[in-house]
Amino acid sequence: METVHLKINNIPVEVPKGYTILQAAKEANIEIPTLCYLKDINCIGACRVCMVEAKNRRGLLAACVYPAEEGLEVFTNTPAVIKSRKTTLELLLSTHHKKCLSCVRNNNCELQRLAAEYGVDEDRFTSEEPIYEIDDASPYIVRDNNKCIQCMRCVAACKNVQSVSVIGPIKRGFAVHVGSAFDKSLNDSPCVGCGQCVVSCPVGALTEKSQEDKVWEAIADPEKQVVFYTAPSIKATLGESFGLPVGTNVDGKMTAAIRRLGEGVKIFNMDFTADLTILEEANELIERVQNGGTLPMFTSCCPGWVKFVEHYYPEFIPHLSTCKSPQAMFGAVLKSYYCEKNNIDPKNLFVVSVIPCTAKKFEASRPDLRSNEAYDDVDVALTTRELARMIKRAGISFNELEEEDYDAPFNKATGGGAIFGATGGVLEAALRTAARTLDGEFKKVDFEEVRGPEAVRTVTYEVAGIKINVAVTSGLGNARQLLEKIKKGEADYQMVEIMACPGGCINGGGQPLLSDSIRNYVDYKALRSKALYDYDAAAEFRCSDESPVIKMVYDEYFEAPGKEKAHKYLHTTYVPRDKYYK
Amino acid sequence: MAEKTLPAFQGTPEQQQKLQEVIEQNKQLPGALLPVLHEAQEIYGYLPIEVQQMVADGLGVSLSEVYGVATFYSRFSLTPKGKHRISVCLGTACYVKGADKILAEVEKKLGIKSGECTADGLFSIDSCRCVGACGLAPVMMIDEDVYGKLTPAEVDKIIDKYLAEEGGSN
Repeated sequence: METVHLKINNIPVEVPKGYTILQAAKEANIEIPTLCYLKDINCIGACRVCMVEAKNRRGLLAACVYPAEEGLEVFTNTPAVIKSRKTTLELLLSTHHKKCLSCVRNNNCELQRLAAEYGVDEDRFTSEEPIYEIDDASPYIVRDNNKCIQCMRCVAACKNVQSVSVIGPIKRGFAVHVGSAFDKSLNDSPCVGCGQCVVSCPVGALTEKSQEDKVWEAIADPEKQVVFYTAPSIKATLGESFGLPVGTNVDGKMTAAIRRLGEGVKIFNMDFTADLTILEEANELIERVQNGGTLPMFTSCCPGWVKFVEHYYPEFIPHLSTCKSPQAMFGAVLKSYYCEKNNIDPKNLFVVSVIPCTAKKFEASRPDLRSNEAYDDVDVALTTRELARMIKRAGISFNELEEEDYDAPFNKATGGGAIFGATGGVLEAALRTAARTLDGEFKKVDFEEVRGPEAVRTVTYEVAGIKINVAVTSGLGNARQLLEKIKKGEADYQMVEIMACPGGCINGGGQPLLSDSIRNYVDYKALRSKALYDYDAAAEFRCSDESPVIKMVYDEYFEAPGKEKAHKYLHTTYVPRDKYYK
Repeated sequence: MAEKTLPAFQGTPEQQQKLQEVIEQNKQLPGALLPVLHEAQEIYGYLPIEVQQMVADGLGVSLSEVYGVATFYSRFSLTPKGKHRISVCLGTACYVKGADKILAEVEKKLGIKSGECTADGLFSIDSCRCVGACGLAPVMMIDEDVYGKLTPAEVDKIIDKYLAEEGGSN
């Protein structure tokens, strides 16, 4: 590999050719501040916060885009650099609605952090009054352009990573703002709700639509019985909100904390309905393969992916598994089986799912997922961030809690359910169960070939004489490429797993926000996934079909996968949607 | 997110075919969006959502990207232009000679704002920066005709003349 030698603040470093000054500086353990730069997503040199000085170069250089050159001597901290950064921050603040106290990003905002570091005068230039209407029409994302600093990270995430591109810069000069075509609300655009824009935003311009208050109200209501369940990936990420290292599994503390949110609050394990999804989905796959059904079958757990198909590839709807997602299945199980068994009026059971995702908020509001027309199966879907805020507001010392277990009867689940939170996990869990169903002697449990960071993984397995070609990808840009290949007949698969967010749910749009200094330099997706795979490896049961809770619900209620009752409550339908509108 | 009511889109099949040809010619070029939008505005006179959607479809880019480019350049218009296009110069020379009062008079006379079109489709008003006739400041153009050394009273008379030609009153 060709390398170049340069000096950063007189420290000699050798880096691969093609590195930027920003990357080279990190090799010398110097972090140059950035705002618009976001690794793998946005690199446009627009915000001018990363300016540095270099010997024999005129003016200042933008470190995030300027290449590290042989013999370059860079200085990241000179008075000229500091003055430039400070002025840039003051200018950014001049149009920023500085309502920090009540901002959801208070103490977790890149602009605020830099302003403090550089001691900027927030009122040096005249402040503008808020001029943009807040767009809170969608059930999942709120945009407040008065706080936007036009870094374009959300636009890049939507366009370059997800290939959805429903937001972009509009107009020019002082009038420029980010929004959807014809300045319509995000709610009226073909947004899939993945929330990658939200986790890319350095400030408080984009947030999830908070529903914490609805949950507090239900907890305080003596008529309501409140039950929570947490998605597989939450245990691997929630700890970050309480200062724990990325990739810490907080399963037991999370359970204890949720139970302490209010009297009578129950906490169930959503890995159970991940297992249930696998039973139904593996059965569906086998049926499709054996009876000449539509193939390849696509997984349908990810609501962002499902909405993407509905808007942009409606011709592929028959390929989507008819299985509801684990979130939706749990809602249906609770409002049918659980209510009947415990003599509860479904209207008094308040179901709260905790999900890593903004699109799940949309999913919870989908009328086609109701198993009874009178009520939603899932009353509120909270993101990991919202749950963390609730725990903090309740004054619970999260890190001091003793570990506790989930509540019966939905307390046991398998490792197969747990890995749903990472890309490849759903397919791996399905393969475990499908293989055991087709061949009782099948021993392989770890399908490591479908794990990992490669954009697309394709493998051929042979089970009981049947060849199964599978493909896995995550990130909708990758998904689009795969779909185009399938469309052209260049690929032949039986089962394809797609998750909308790069890396899967562990990198979902509802996950805790990581500071730029982590996102730009740490492989946080690998750390979060590892927590799930470690959990799986240590699990009492690895295959979804081994779960005692699964046996219980089929014996007592759903009979067998694909049977009438299972079909009524655990399967769903999809609708073709417009490419340009809601 | 306030929505303004615009006159209904009245594109013809001929216009659509012309636009499709332009898209086909430019499709493979990098940065095709800009020249295609130029031609689209030539064909339709403005760039309503229907036209932008055709461009997005034809070039395989998102509508938000098309809209972003269409709103970036001031020569693109999202609203239809009138049969007679009034353009009031707000360049430096005209401005110091009271062009703002000329523009205000035109707006008052026609009951619309700069950038808009009258309901009968006869007039639209825009402002421009310098038509190269600073000696005649303040200046306005109606279609290809230049009117110089204007006063608000004269503006009134000039527009009346066009109205009389059209055989109607505003």
